[in-house]
Amino acid sequence: MFTAFLIKYAEIGIKGKNRHLFEEALAKQIKYALKRCEGEFKVTRTQGRIYVDALSDFDYDETVENLKTVFGVSGICPVKYVEDEGFEKLSEEIVKYMDEVYPDKNITFKVNARRARKNYPKSSMEINADLGGVILDAFPEIRVDVHKPDVMLNVEIREKIYIYSEEIPGPGGMPVGSNGKAMLLLSGGIDSPVAGYMVAKRGVKIDAVYFHAPPYTSDRAKQKVVDLAKLVSRYTGPIYLHVINFTDIQLAIYEKCPHEELTIIMRRYMMKIAETIAKETECLGLITGESIGQVASQTIQSLAVTNEVCTLPVFRPLIGFDKMEIVDISEKIGTYETSILPYEDCCTIFVAKHPVTKPNLNVIKRHEKNLDGVIDELMQKALETDEVIIVSSEN
Amino acid sequence: MEIYLDNSATTRCFDEVAGLMTTIMCEDYGNPSSLHRKGMQAEQKIRYAKEVIAKNLKVNEKEIFFTSGGTESDNLAIRGCAYANCRAGKHLITTQIEHPAVLQTMKHLEEEGFRVTYLPVDEKGSIRLEDLQRAITGETILVSIMHTNNEIGSLQPIEQAGALIKKMNPRILFHVDAVQGYGKFRIYPKKMKIDLMSVSGHKIHGPKGIGFLYVDEKVKIKPIVFGGGQQNGLRSGTEAVPSIVGMAKAIEMIYHDLENEAERLYQLKEAFTEGAKRIEGVSLNGPAGRDGAPHIVSVSVSGVRSEVLLHALEDKGIYVSAGSACSSHKPQPSATLQAIGLSKDLLSSTIRFSFSVFTTREEIDYTLQVMCELIPMLRRYTRK
Repeated sequence: MFTAFLIKYAEIGIKGKNRHLFEEALAKQIKYALKRCEGEFKVTRTQGRIYVDALSDFDYDETVENLKTVFGVSGICPVKYVEDEGFEKLSEEIVKYMDEVYPDKNITFKVNARRARKNYPKSSMEINADLGGVILDAFPEIRVDVHKPDVMLNVEIREKIYIYSEEIPGPGGMPVGSNGKAMLLLSGGIDSPVAGYMVAKRGVKIDAVYFHAPPYTSDRAKQKVVDLAKLVSRYTGPIYLHVINFTDIQLAIYEKCPHEELTIIMRRYMMKIAETIAKETECLGLITGESIGQVASQTIQSLAVTNEVCTLPVFRPLIGFDKMEIVDISEKIGTYETSILPYEDCCTIFVAKHPVTKPNLNVIKRHEKNLDGVIDELMQKALETDEVIIVSSEN
Repeated sequence: MEIYLDNSATTRCFDEVAGLMTTIMCEDYGNPSSLHRKGMQAEQKIRYAKEVIAKNLKVNEKEIFFTSGGTESDNLAIRGCAYANCRAGKHLITTQIEHPAVLQTMKHLEEEGFRVTYLPVDEKGSIRLEDLQRAITGETILVSIMHTNNEIGSLQPIEQAGALIKKMNPRILFHVDAVQGYGKFRIYPKKMKIDLMSVSGHKIHGPKGIGFLYVDEKVKIKPIVFGGGQQNGLRSGTEAVPSIVGMAKAIEMIYHDLENEAERLYQLKEAFTEGAKRIEGVSLNGPAGRDGAPHIVSVSVSGVRSEVLLHALEDKGIYVSAGSACSSHKPQPSATLQAIGLSKDLLSSTIRFSFSVFTTREEIDYTLQVMCELIPMLRRYTRK
């Protein structure tokens, strides 16, 4: 019955003169999501609204599921189109619509008509009253409630007549691409994909960097990260995933620095590398999946020490989340199953039994001096290993 | 350079086998159950395959049943016999070092009310016949013992076990998982008193997804999958004609020159173990030389995690296995390595090298040379 969707958006409406930029970004993301769906669609922006028209047969459930991945969408309304063939015909169609969509008639309703085409012979108020009467005549149990109706039946008179009453909630947020770009430090864990999702929700485009350490980490661990990036890219759009070989830096730290400081020093160099790539690729911030106190390297002292190497802002959207809350989101966005695959990542291979939990910046800096003379070259070499994998939900 | 030393996980298909299979898939694609000529031709192909296998085992063609591989053969043998004979008793015997296809099937039967005895092994990975003798009770209906262990290459006293079981009670069924031994040894079930024997195609340069179960015609066994009643109702489902014929071809090729090839593999094994032993901190697991299988060498490298060594070797084009490939999905210590009493720190430092007809002496020498270089370097960086 439904052949189109009216896409509602919330915050974009208030963005003043930039509004068209936000709408363009939203339309683009909707098209990206629809590429995953069977069938052909047309996306149109008219008079402050976005419509998705199906041009062929399509799978309703699949289409709705995919539209629900588009940030900026606050609601998805399935629309029925009716040709304008007089009020009689419209009345019939309205009765048919109500009967199909609401098998249980023990409900209250209100008709809300809009005339985009002003030459229609009835005014909005008249349409409301007349169609309301038609529905009441057809279904004796149904009642009108103009203040708090169960069903708001929208009837829009355009070239065709649009009928809709259901609104499926969207993810909210802002369309990706409307708020610049940031670099996500993506590991194989549960947290970082969620962090990427959260920041993308505010309209930020995402690129990612992954550190691998062959032979200590395997190709499967790397594939897992590509798979995670692909799952996240359903929401964020295509992701440029930078894969950096971190082995030599890690081994140098292992040899020259105190073992309990290995992870924290390692993380400082990861941030430095991520920032270097971020700056080269016009990213305006870094994103991590850190949450205060989750592990030794995420105590508030450790976060301060890691943060110190960066000049770009570091976004930590999970900072106040408990693990279970993060797991809930990762299950919702579909990354959890992949995240828990048991491949070792480079943060765990040499981890000390008792890593420092309250690192002192001056002490850490002093110990990093042990790397003087080799680290610059190792950093340079690591950057040269950068392998860029373009990950998209289309491929 | 690509050096594939993981032949106990799977082997490269013989070119002749792949070629033959392509022809069957594209030309002789009939369903052997179809009544027309195309079906008849396909049936003839299967008949030929059965002849090859039956002749090789010196058994009757009617006693060969095709399955999807070793795992299904083990499942069919153990569950099929347990269900068919549970009135005679509910006790089963196996070993601690079986492949998961056997161990997990036994675990499943335990949940269904069967009792299972898991025989221990000595430090070389072989069962003791006294243990077997002691385990057999009036309730025992099935004994399942592997021919060759997949992780350390230890051989089990199959012929003596068969004789012992039948001497104690001729009604007890004897199943042998010969997935790793078949294609390396000549195995004659009738002579060895084996009632059921599992074999897999892809361990002997045949295709994946095919295997067979030998079932002595006197054995009472029930099917575990149901359908169109193919293969005498024991294993329903359209026969995988190309794979069946491919496997038969591989068997012909492997057994054509078996003794010379086994001798060559033993020499490779000896060269490899001699070289490996010279590397500091390297020890060998399981039986040495000709006491074990010709194609499997298990090596522990103290202070180096097996996964790291595996990936470092991979980087040099050498493919090996950490423990057993089939159990590498779960990072649990191997049951076999625990059963032979390997010390805890060596459990996660063990690598398996397994050879095939394609393995050359040059490959062995190169691998040893790479190991000599890698191991001291990797040992410098370990988890503290």
